[in-house]
Amino acid sequence: MEAIWFGLAAMMVTIYVVMDGFDFGAGGLHLTVARQDSERRQVLAAIGPFWDGNEVWLLAGGGVLFMAFPKVLASGLSGFYLAIFLFLWVLILRGLAIELRSHVADSMWRAFWDGAFTVASILAPVLLGAALGNVLRGVPVGEDGWFALPLFDSLSPSSGLGVLDWYTVLCGVLALAAVLHHGALFLAWKTDGPVRSRSRAAASRILPALAALWVATTMATTRLAPEVFRGLAARPLAWLATGLFLAGLATSYAARRAGRDLLAFLGSAAFLLGLLAATAAAVYPTWLRSTLDPVWSLTAANAAAARTSLVTGLYWWPLGFVLALAYFTVLFRLHRGKVRASEMPEGH
Amino acid sequence: MSDPLFWHRLQFGFTIIYHYLFPQLTMGLALLIVVLKLIALRTGREAFNNAARFWIRIFGLNFAFGVVTGIPMEFQFGTNWARFSEYAGGVVGQTLAMEGIFAFFLESTFLALLIWGERRLGPRGHLAAAVALLLGSWLSGYFIIATNAFMQHPVGYRIAADGMLQIADLSQFVFNPWAVVQYLHNQSASVVTAAFVMVAVGAFWTLRRTHSEVARVSLRTGLFAGLVASILVAFPTGHEHGRMVATRQPVTLAAMEGHFESGSHAPLAVIGQPNVPERRLDNPIRLPAVLSWIAYGDFSASVRGLDAFPESEWPDNIELLYYAFHIMVGLGTIFIALMGLGTLQLARGRLERSRWLLWLLTFAFPFPYIATTAGWMTAELGRQPWLVYGLFRTAEGASPLVHSGTALFTALGFAGLYFVMGILFLALVAQEVAHGPRTPEHGSHA
Repeated sequence: MEAIWFGLAAMMVTIYVVMDGFDFGAGGLHLTVARQDSERRQVLAAIGPFWDGNEVWLLAGGGVLFMAFPKVLASGLSGFYLAIFLFLWVLILRGLAIELRSHVADSMWRAFWDGAFTVASILAPVLLGAALGNVLRGVPVGEDGWFALPLFDSLSPSSGLGVLDWYTVLCGVLALAAVLHHGALFLAWKTDGPVRSRSRAAASRILPALAALWVATTMATTRLAPEVFRGLAARPLAWLATGLFLAGLATSYAARRAGRDLLAFLGSAAFLLGLLAATAAAVYPTWLRSTLDPVWSLTAANAAAARTSLVTGLYWWPLGFVLALAYFTVLFRLHRGKVRASEMPEGH
Repeated sequence: MSDPLFWHRLQFGFTIIYHYLFPQLTMGLALLIVVLKLIALRTGREAFNNAARFWIRIFGLNFAFGVVTGIPMEFQFGTNWARFSEYAGGVVGQTLAMEGIFAFFLESTFLALLIWGERRLGPRGHLAAAVALLLGSWLSGYFIIATNAFMQHPVGYRIAADGMLQIADLSQFVFNPWAVVQYLHNQSASVVTAAFVMVAVGAFWTLRRTHSEVARVSLRTGLFAGLVASILVAFPTGHEHGRMVATRQPVTLAAMEGHFESGSHAPLAVIGQPNVPERRLDNPIRLPAVLSWIAYGDFSASVRGLDAFPESEWPDNIELLYYAFHIMVGLGTIFIALMGLGTLQLARGRLERSRWLLWLLTFAFPFPYIATTAGWMTAELGRQPWLVYGLFRTAEGASPLVHSGTALFTALGFAGLYFVMGILFLALVAQEVAHGPRTPEHGSHA
């Protein structure tokens, strides 16, 4: 039962990253790929119907974590206290930027929100990646299951742990590169004209950096958290996921060069999905690994809610999940096709 | 200063009050938008469609602010109330997770369609999107109220071997009688807020002699809905809520009413100042035996005062609780009178000439926000000193390792951010009201 909910919670977080990842990436590239007001409106129209729903995966995933693993939510969120609030403030700024930009037809107003949108869209994945970095590296969970970490350290490999230290920031930058690549391929798929060609160019420039960062992060992880790779080697599911992300990366490269935009985007989605699934399979059953004593780690077994709560959750969760998928199908169908530059009305 | 609990409470209280300024409008407005669109569809009167379009724009702005201020609420359970989350997550996690998966997806999907999809969906499809959004936002409200109701009156749970709560009966927990009454009371109040805002804009335009058709539609719809909802807030929902508090949280009732001494034929204090150190109500105006009747339907019933309970079970801020409750009740009474007067003048065809009344209606809109906030303060201060009533104290609930300075820092961060957001919000709404309703071509731009 704990294993099912570990899988479901990890799946929802993964869906969140794949979905919100493309609008984070589109936001991070906003100033680069869209130069004029009409192009910027084209980018915003491409993600406009989706970004809010994408973000719901975070809340829905958080809800599942709360319900199934209350101790993990409690220990993790309070331990990362300041980083969580930074992330929340960034999300607030980002939501306002998307929603408020169009309300005033003034070039400085729009320039301000375009800038805020870009900055927030860059910071959010860095923070998310750093969170994953903390999970991989482990945090100083004490005997009572709680921990506290300074927000940052000196960023040198010799200093102590921080929520933001050299390793977690490296993970954050990897996450940023991954979502920028993902977002570029999304925009290439959903737009036309100059925005599409600039997005394709951006994807091709980001890919080498993404590959290099992935190699660097993997090497750092083998040093800091060798047990992750022991977990990876021991689980066939993790091999499958590893195969998926390698195939996804290759597909996204080949399909982009062949001009098959949707396939390239799906390849990138498979890359993110596989990478996160492999990570989840490798760390299972540990949620928060204790750097002080492995026995104190919070795991699917010792941090789960009582069995009745987990069983009860299974009564309603599948229905909700199917409904959510149905809504997304409706949304993507109603907004199928490209957002064309020629359809961007003048004014606002 | 050095006690983190105070800053956790301040931050949560501030951010939830601020957040709820937006959903209380959007939940009520979602209903009124459906009403406007239904009338437009049935009668074919374009003024109702124009009014709906204008109110959808106001709805969209409020919804955006509601979403961005709502996200921190979910997270603060873990960041600030970690011990509570650990203790009760097995139960309240159910409703919070349900809210995410059943309500938020529904809302986020259909909001975009409601705002941008009028041409694509056609009139019936657009109405369906409005209904879906109404359903989503009211469902979201229910899950939150069910969560709060568990904290007020825990049912359907069991205490597990490790001392944490676990779910024992899902339907008992979700359909907590407390939740049902509190929900009806709260949703009526949200319609009151939306109705007052609608009436205020209609009255403002009427005073300025612009947008007369949409102004008239907004005034009529708002006044009628406002009158019905103001009455529902007081009776039966408010009255039932009071009776529920009387039987299930008698010490809270005593504190709300400033009722210090137990006795039969308990009087109701209309005004007065609680003097907690002296254990009495100063300068009271009392209605004899009315409290007994309100609480138990019997003028001679005995109502326990604060003296019947140990001080360790008293709410920890009786003065604030007392005033919050009396402000809520006082304003609620005034709302019925004001909406009744407005409806009367409308029925007599004199509203548009009663400029004094239009002025009053224009500037009355902040008061439902104040009444609703005071109502929630009554509920939450009245629950003290418990976080989960009778089971778990607020003092036990905060995160163990978050320093008071850290909590103060984030509380100040929210204060600054929300101050700037408040200015932005008011400026944007003012701009929409000044611009007025848009023609259909403008209404559905991408």
